[in-house]
Amino acid sequence: MKTIIKVDKLRREFIMGIEIVYALRGISFEIHEGEFVSIMGTSGSGKSTLLNILGCLDKPTSGEYYLDNISVSGLSKNELSTIRNRKIGFVFQSYNLLPRTSALENVELPLLYNHTVSGKERREMAMHALELVGLSDRMGHTPSQLSGGQQQRVAIARALVNDPVMLLADEATGNLDTRTSYEIMSLFQELNTKGKTIVFVTHEPDIAVFTNRIIKLRDGLIIKDEAVKTMSAIAALESLPVNDDYEIMVETLN
Amino acid sequence: MKVINLIRISWKALLRNKTRALLTMLGIIIGIGSVIAMVSLGQSSTKSISTEISSMSTNVIMVMRASQTQGGINIGSGNVQSLTQNDIEAIKAGSVKISKASPVVNSSQQAVYGANNWPGSIRGVNEDYLSINNFEIASGTNFTAEDVKTSEKVCLIGKTVVDNLFDDGENPLGQVIRLGKIPVKIVGILKSKGQNQMGMDQDDIILMPYTTVQKRMLAINYIHMISASAISEEASDLAVADIESILRRTHKIKEGADDDFEVRTQQQILDMLSSVTGMLTLLLAAIAAISLLVGGIGIMNIMYVTVTERTREIGLRMAVGARNNDILKQFLFESSIMSLAGGMIGMAFGVGLSYIASYFLGWPFVLNLITMGISFFVCAAIGIFFGWYPARKASNLDPINALRYE
Repeated sequence: MKTIIKVDKLRREFIMGIEIVYALRGISFEIHEGEFVSIMGTSGSGKSTLLNILGCLDKPTSGEYYLDNISVSGLSKNELSTIRNRKIGFVFQSYNLLPRTSALENVELPLLYNHTVSGKERREMAMHALELVGLSDRMGHTPSQLSGGQQQRVAIARALVNDPVMLLADEATGNLDTRTSYEIMSLFQELNTKGKTIVFVTHEPDIAVFTNRIIKLRDGLIIKDEAVKTMSAIAALESLPVNDDYEIMVETLN
Repeated sequence: MKVINLIRISWKALLRNKTRALLTMLGIIIGIGSVIAMVSLGQSSTKSISTEISSMSTNVIMVMRASQTQGGINIGSGNVQSLTQNDIEAIKAGSVKISKASPVVNSSQQAVYGANNWPGSIRGVNEDYLSINNFEIASGTNFTAEDVKTSEKVCLIGKTVVDNLFDDGENPLGQVIRLGKIPVKIVGILKSKGQNQMGMDQDDIILMPYTTVQKRMLAINYIHMISASAISEEASDLAVADIESILRRTHKIKEGADDDFEVRTQQQILDMLSSVTGMLTLLLAAIAAISLLVGGIGIMNIMYVTVTERTREIGLRMAVGARNNDILKQFLFESSIMSLAGGMIGMAFGVGLSYIASYFLGWPFVLNLITMGISFFVCAAIGIFFGWYPARKASNLDPINALRYE
């Protein structure tokens, strides 16, 4: 199977005043095409640093990082921008949608920075991405007219629009309630079965169970890297008690 | 990155904050608007003055008596008796650049007709004066050279004098009015010329043969002024030089001594007036330019606020592939679009304002395309200049920090 990510003896150090902080102390792993990997760890474990490096937002102090067989370590700032634009789809905890801008235009955003895509193609690709996340009927809505789950779906559509080699999610369910989290995870699972490679950074174990491999970090080192039995998010969603507050209220009223 | 995409991005970002963008543009609108209005109105007033003056004929040359000093005391020009009819003959004979010349002898006498009276400004001239100074006769005739020779008691009167001495419907032609003690017959009425550029009423005038004024009113044999016309406007400088050399010779002024006369042309007056209006225009435009500068600083201020407020947006754009340069350009475009749009609205506003003002002031409307072009470039420059630092700040953000900015 094709290797999407290969990191080798990755180290990242920060100089804070006179102190040197070792965020990553030499970690190595590979992620193959079609995997759904969660990266776990408490705060201070180095998972944010790893995420920034995997997302080509930061560069390692030493070690090698190959994304889709390209060595990222030696690339310039502008080349990293292009890599992010063509190969990575980001999903953030707080959605980061542009306010007062329609869902469709939000999804089009990455393509505006890709000069090989024409205006017509851009629109079509954005519409297709919104269809994939089940929001084809909300294209003209602005973020304020959408629920949190819908906003995160728009953000996922934006991550998908450039057909990246991997999706990189940073606490993507952190701002959502359990039900909506499960809905989002089932969307990720659906995308994964269609062949998307997904790297999911989280600190919640009950979200990590929906992935098929867990990499656990502590103090800048990998302490666990194992395949897990994947739970179905749809099943989890069905097992949730249906008595939402709203329905309880309706019942009491009756 | 395609420029069209950049413009699209900047435009949409501005549309997200319409009110703020409009308020920011207001500074530029007022700045450019006032610069355009001031320059355009200044040019209108200059033009209105110069058309008025050229209607008075630009090749008029005036020779006046210079003020003189006796024993260290400047006695002004009132008692100077240096100019005479002989000077006119000498000028006419000595210079081919002079087509006509007339003496001017001024006097003022109370004009009386029936029960009406009016302070008459009397100007003694010869028969050529009318054509030198573009006076026209509305009815009647000019007096003749013969009238001048014989000191005939005839006159031409202006409209203001007619209005004040005669009742409505009365025909002044052929009537005899009294000027001081002398009865004078009206042989012609002058066409109205309105006010001159100094605001003086050119119709409040009584023209008579200068000999009549000299002998019958003032009992003098010198003249106050010479009014001459050059053969053409271009020749007036040469004509002035001729007059000066002729008069120095006839007045026997020694080498190095000051002239006892002064020569002025209509052109000099025009130049003086337009230099005054030009200076005023410059002053007003400078004040307006300060408001433009303030507008530019307003743009800079808002752009700084915008960059801080949209830090996360900038982080996101970088995460999805925007280069630092793309961010820089986006914010430069935003500030330039604001200043250019503001500039264009301001131009329309300024042109409108000066059109309305010149309409009510009765000045010709002047639209200077060069000023418009310069303003356009100034706007673009303001947008880039004042947008540069905020845009630099935006493009230097670290995407990791920007994405987490609260």
